[in-house]
Amino acid sequence: MKRDDFLWMIGGVQGSGVDTSANVFAKAAASGGLHVFGKREYYSNIKGEHSYFQVRVSKDLIRSHVDTVDMLATFEEETIFRHALEVRSEGAIIYDPDQDPKRLEQIPTIEANVRATLSSELSKSGLSSEVRGILELARRRGVHVYPVPYNELLKQVGAKFGETSLSTLQRMLNVMAVAASYALLSYDENLVKDAVRRQFKSKPKVAEMNVEAVGAAYDYVEQKFDGSFRYKLSPSKTDEVRLFVRGNSTVAMAKELAGCRLQTYYPITPASDESEYLEAHAEIELDGSAAHENPQAGEVAAMGAKGNIAVVQSEDEIAAVTMAIGGGLAGVRSSTSTSGPGFSLMAEGLGYAGMNEVPVVVTLYSRGGPSTGLPTRHEQGDLRFALYAGHGDFPRLVLASGDLEEVFYDTVRAFNYSERYQTPVIHIVDKALANSDATLPMLDLNRVKIDRGKLVKGPITDGVNGEYKRFVHAPDGISPRPPVGTKGAVYWHTGDEHDELGHITEDPTNRDQMMEKRMGKLEVADREIPMEERLNFFGPEQADITVVSWGSTKGAILDAMGWLKEDGISVNFLQIRLINPFPTERVKSLLSGAKNVVGIEMNYTGQLIGVLREQTCIPVDQLVVKYNGRPMSCEEIYDSLKSIHEGKAPKRIVLRHGA
Amino acid sequence: MALKLSDLKTTAHNDWCPGCGDFGILNAVQMALAEMNVDPSSTVVVSGVGCSSKAPHFIKTYGVHTLHGRSLPFATGIKLANPNLEVIVEGGDGDGMGIGAGHFVGSGRRNIDMLYIIHDNGVYGLTKGQASPTLGLGMKTKSLPSPNMNQGINPLLLAIACGYTWIARGYSYDVRHLKDLIVKGAKHKGFAFLDVLQPCPTYNDIQTKEYWAGEGLVDSTGKQQPRTYKLEETGYDPVVHSDDEAEMEKKVQQAVLKSFEFGDHTPIGVFYQNEFIPTYEERIAHKSPSYKTNPPAAQQIAHEDGTPLANIRKLLEELRVT
Ligand SMILES: Cc1ncc(C[n+]2csc(CCOP(=O)(O)OP(=O)(O)O)c2C)c(N)n1
Ligand code: SF4
Ligand SMILES: [Mg+2]
Repeated sequence: MKRDDFLWMIGGVQGSGVDTSANVFAKAAASGGLHVFGKREYYSNIKGEHSYFQVRVSKDLIRSHVDTVDMLATFEEETIFRHALEVRSEGAIIYDPDQDPKRLEQIPTIEANVRATLSSELSKSGLSSEVRGILELARRRGVHVYPVPYNELLKQVGAKFGETSLSTLQRMLNVMAVAASYALLSYDENLVKDAVRRQFKSKPKVAEMNVEAVGAAYDYVEQKFDGSFRYKLSPSKTDEVRLFVRGNSTVAMAKELAGCRLQTYYPITPASDESEYLEAHAEIELDGSAAHENPQAGEVAAMGAKGNIAVVQSEDEIAAVTMAIGGGLAGVRSSTSTSGPGFSLMAEGLGYAGMNEVPVVVTLYSRGGPSTGLPTRHEQGDLRFALYAGHGDFPRLVLASGDLEEVFYDTVRAFNYSERYQTPVIHIVDKALANSDATLPMLDLNRVKIDRGKLVKGPITDGVNGEYKRFVHAPDGISPRPPVGTKGAVYWHTGDEHDELGHITEDPTNRDQMMEKRMGKLEVADREIPMEERLNFFGPEQADITVVSWGSTKGAILDAMGWLKEDGISVNFLQIRLINPFPTERVKSLLSGAKNVVGIEMNYTGQLIGVLREQTCIPVDQLVVKYNGRPMSCEEIYDSLKSIHEGKAPKRIVLRHGA
Repeated sequence: MALKLSDLKTTAHNDWCPGCGDFGILNAVQMALAEMNVDPSSTVVVSGVGCSSKAPHFIKTYGVHTLHGRSLPFATGIKLANPNLEVIVEGGDGDGMGIGAGHFVGSGRRNIDMLYIIHDNGVYGLTKGQASPTLGLGMKTKSLPSPNMNQGINPLLLAIACGYTWIARGYSYDVRHLKDLIVKGAKHKGFAFLDVLQPCPTYNDIQTKEYWAGEGLVDSTGKQQPRTYKLEETGYDPVVHSDDEAEMEKKVQQAVLKSFEFGDHTPIGVFYQNEFIPTYEERIAHKSPSYKTNPPAAQQIAHEDGTPLANIRKLLEELRVT
């Protein structure tokens, strides 16, 4: 397979600016018109443990990460030990020669088994267990190793600014590593400097020092290693307006646009970033600009009114979901965001919302389970739970997005569905999306429509004796919905079975009617929701292999399909997005002629594949799963589909790559 | 037009046991709402699950009967979404201080402008009389197989510790006094907590109506002495009169001491009142000034044609790279 892209990686101790450097690297590439896909891997730890970032860049559209590292930028020893051997032959490692004598045994944060493997590998090759040893091993494998004396360069930079404290200067190590990388690639220095300025926008002095550091690194690399690294990276002109976004904030922006005005949360990785973004942007600009000629909007703007979202950090996730339901009862688009452990606590609340026909959106960031599991790692293990959480039968919609663009539009749809069908909607966003940063074509806000369903904006005029039938039977099972607090009449809510007024009753006939009313709404949703919102089908109608998957594996599958096509293997791909109600008939017809159906999922059991079998009676021929907490790479999918095509693969393939 | 007591009654079937203290509380709530002349459709009574939590069905305002232990967060969501509503929360002692204890703490810290009434009967009525969190250690009410193995909590002391800014106790058979407390609590700016001694004739055969009336407790003249007395009749001043820290501390300490009186000499009335602590609504408005004039429920979010009203172009512009 051939690759036109470049994978850059940086590692370091958590809290030491690894994130910043990756951000600067990615933005410098993105503003040069390159496509960027970034992936962050970190331990459940705040300071001291290792974390790393991979940034993949390309002139062409890319949607996933790859396993082969083209360039590894480091500024401390642990990253060198952990990742030096992941760099491909002809690739590059940038490092600080001061680290040469550091020994493997002196790094407490490296797990014993990793240490043992490395040491035996080094001693087999007759090398010392020092940084210089592992780098020699990399060299023998064809990797170019570039020593950059950061501290010396930093001192020169410091001198210009009258800064002599080495510890202050060392805060720029990360930016130096980025600059040295770009210098080796002969990338436009100004783009790097601009990215640095943007990163430190709020601290101009820091920005200028860092810009100077970029210059120093460029000068050094150009003098010392001029042209020695063969791979070059150059900007690519584009007319496309692009954004560089992260999953969490994409959800947050979409919530504000969708009209979500109450967000509750209890802190949990990887969900809280979204709520924090909302809290930081709690005042919402309202449209009154020329973009809309609607006179009503003009009025709003003229009054200078702003919107706002109330963000509440609750005492636990039970409170988070029930507060959001309270908001829904009062007619406000409300949501909560969480991940597995928090979602487990929300089960009873979801049932209440289902029973009382309350719109509420739960954004479920899927991470490694069960229990606390792999708190900062990736998995798609919560699908079955999202479909069934809660006792008894009640309707819910479950939606799973495959990439950041879908995340944006699906977030808005989640609110539309929840108000239209007056029931909870669970929107699954994988950790791999929540924490990945990528370039994205400018979002088309004109595509976004708000549908509030049968919301009644008071007052209630058809109450009888001051009482209103909130749960009145309707042909489609969906009753008009004046929120709690609407003037004119009153009604009740209860988690008990209830009559049209909302009063408790155990009458069997009423029970049948109400159960059928509620559950029937799913059939209405099944009829109404357009297929393009429910699934995607990529590739030729007939293919050697038909992949069925969901969520964040989308990008890697699409990228791998491109490579397989070059090898003459045709693959098509059914991505299911609305998992409940399941698009049964369409899925059946799409899969009816499939030669070889392969399920691909980031969980142990193949949860979607189970749902598929349950809904359509279609079994998959082969299953590719991964559950080590690291997202599937495009190569892994490529390799497994290739071996399936060659008839060499077992029925169940477990992918195991990842650091 | 003045609201009559009968306007607040519903025809929903009431299945409380005859003589249940819940009736007194229900009456007092309805009397208070009538006296306050509320608009029933701008009033919401929120409850949890238990005998007492059925109350909303009998009151003709909006009623939200929720989940066991979760009345407070539901009510919080409703009130924050629409701060113009009068929100009253009702529920049992098990509901509020057992399964819902975490929310009890969280709500005190937030100080949302609502009133929370606990029907304190010492038992889990609806599940047939198990010990509730307020039942004392070693007490054996009717349906307990053996004496209570847990220590009882002091709801007032807990409320003080959590930061409630209005704290009172009432008695369900002193309906007028209870009605006055409900009116005061509802009018209080901030989170008001009202613990109500509520006899459960079916399961609590210790803290009965007769017990509170003074059965077995006689003074030197041989006259039966009621076990409750009214704080206001003793010259007790619960009010924090200035935002001076020493003043607040003094009033908190006084309430703490008072909260320990229980049993033969049980105070009812207002223990503590402090309107100098900002409400949660004020804290939100401090960060988002528009919350005050344009709270979530009042906000329009879309044009007639469904186009969103929020303008996120500035946010997107910040993320633009080409
Ligand atoms: C999650 C959950 N656990 C248990 C129950 C069963 N349950 C119903 S009411 C109740 C206790 C009610 O006691 P209390 O709150 O004091 O109200 P009372 O009936 O005494 O008024 C319990 C445990 C439930 N409904 N939900
Ligand atoms: S069990 Fe007790 S609390 Fe429940 S209704 Fe009967 S008397 Fe009242
Ligand atoms: Mg009780």
